[in-house]
Amino acid sequence: MARVVVDVMPKEEILDPQGQAVANALPRQGFEGVSHVRQGKHFELEVADDVDDDTLERIAENFLANPVIEDWSVRRVES
Amino acid sequence: MSAAGASIGVITFPGSLDDGDARRAVRRAGATPVALWHADADLHGVDAVIVPGGFSYGDYLRCGAIAKFAPVMTEVLRAAEHGMPVLGVCNGFQVLCEAGLLPGALTRNAGLHYVCRDQWLRAENTTSVWTTRYEPGAELLIPVKHGEGRYVAEESTLDELEGEGRVLFRYVEDNPNGSSRDIAGVTDARGRVAGLMPHPEHAIDPLTGPTDDGLGMFLSALDTLVPA
Repeated sequence: MARVVVDVMPKEEILDPQGQAVANALPRQGFEGVSHVRQGKHFELEVADDVDDDTLERIAENFLANPVIEDWSVRRVES
Repeated sequence: MSAAGASIGVITFPGSLDDGDARRAVRRAGATPVALWHADADLHGVDAVIVPGGFSYGDYLRCGAIAKFAPVMTEVLRAAEHGMPVLGVCNGFQVLCEAGLLPGALTRNAGLHYVCRDQWLRAENTTSVWTTRYEPGAELLIPVKHGEGRYVAEESTLDELEGEGRVLFRYVEDNPNGSSRDIAGVTDARGRVAGLMPHPEHAIDPLTGPTDDGLGMFLSALDTLVPA
């Protein structure tokens, strides 16, 4: 088994109102100095050893992310 | 052939909410509504399909992202390719975008608030299968109710939609969700697959909705399905 991490983020040009809301809430909590927050998704997949990179890329592009509005990255991590 | 000879399928996914009203709107327009289940592997011979509003599969992952893989959607994709009229409302619009039948995507409302109110729209394209009953520029009052209805697409895609007259409806007065170019609904290149965030099925009878302005969408489809 291998562990694979897929991170999905809204594209830079796509408005991220949730990230903005977090950024706006921080000063109210007394945390200063954070000027920008973007919110995305983090997936951890346990995959069989014979699942190749191409398959992982297709999982990310066709399902975990929506390429119209999101960027994504796929990486294998030591488990 | 009478109008009753036309049948329009309405899909129910786990989490669909507006399938009942959609079937009622189909009946009010004079066609026979057919309930389609998400696990159905065929469309029961219907002449058109409506993908209704709600929260299919709990909106898990992204709105409409799981629903696009439902067995019934495989059949809808195949039928749409052959020209079957398909209408997606609210969550149904999200499903059709996720499935690639319509361009763009629906994202979190710019104001973060779930918006539920009666909304003025302007009919822009009145030649699609679903909008022939409207006069160009006609204003309609139809309910909106969604938290993720902000229509976005590449600028080039938006330009293409505008250039080809594929914007069906635009929000007038107050854009409820920050949609690009005030877009409330779009159609595919052939004018047969349509999606919009507002709910025409909730505006078919002044007794239960703000107007009957939404009925025209169902009557429009019937005009195509049942030639006079």
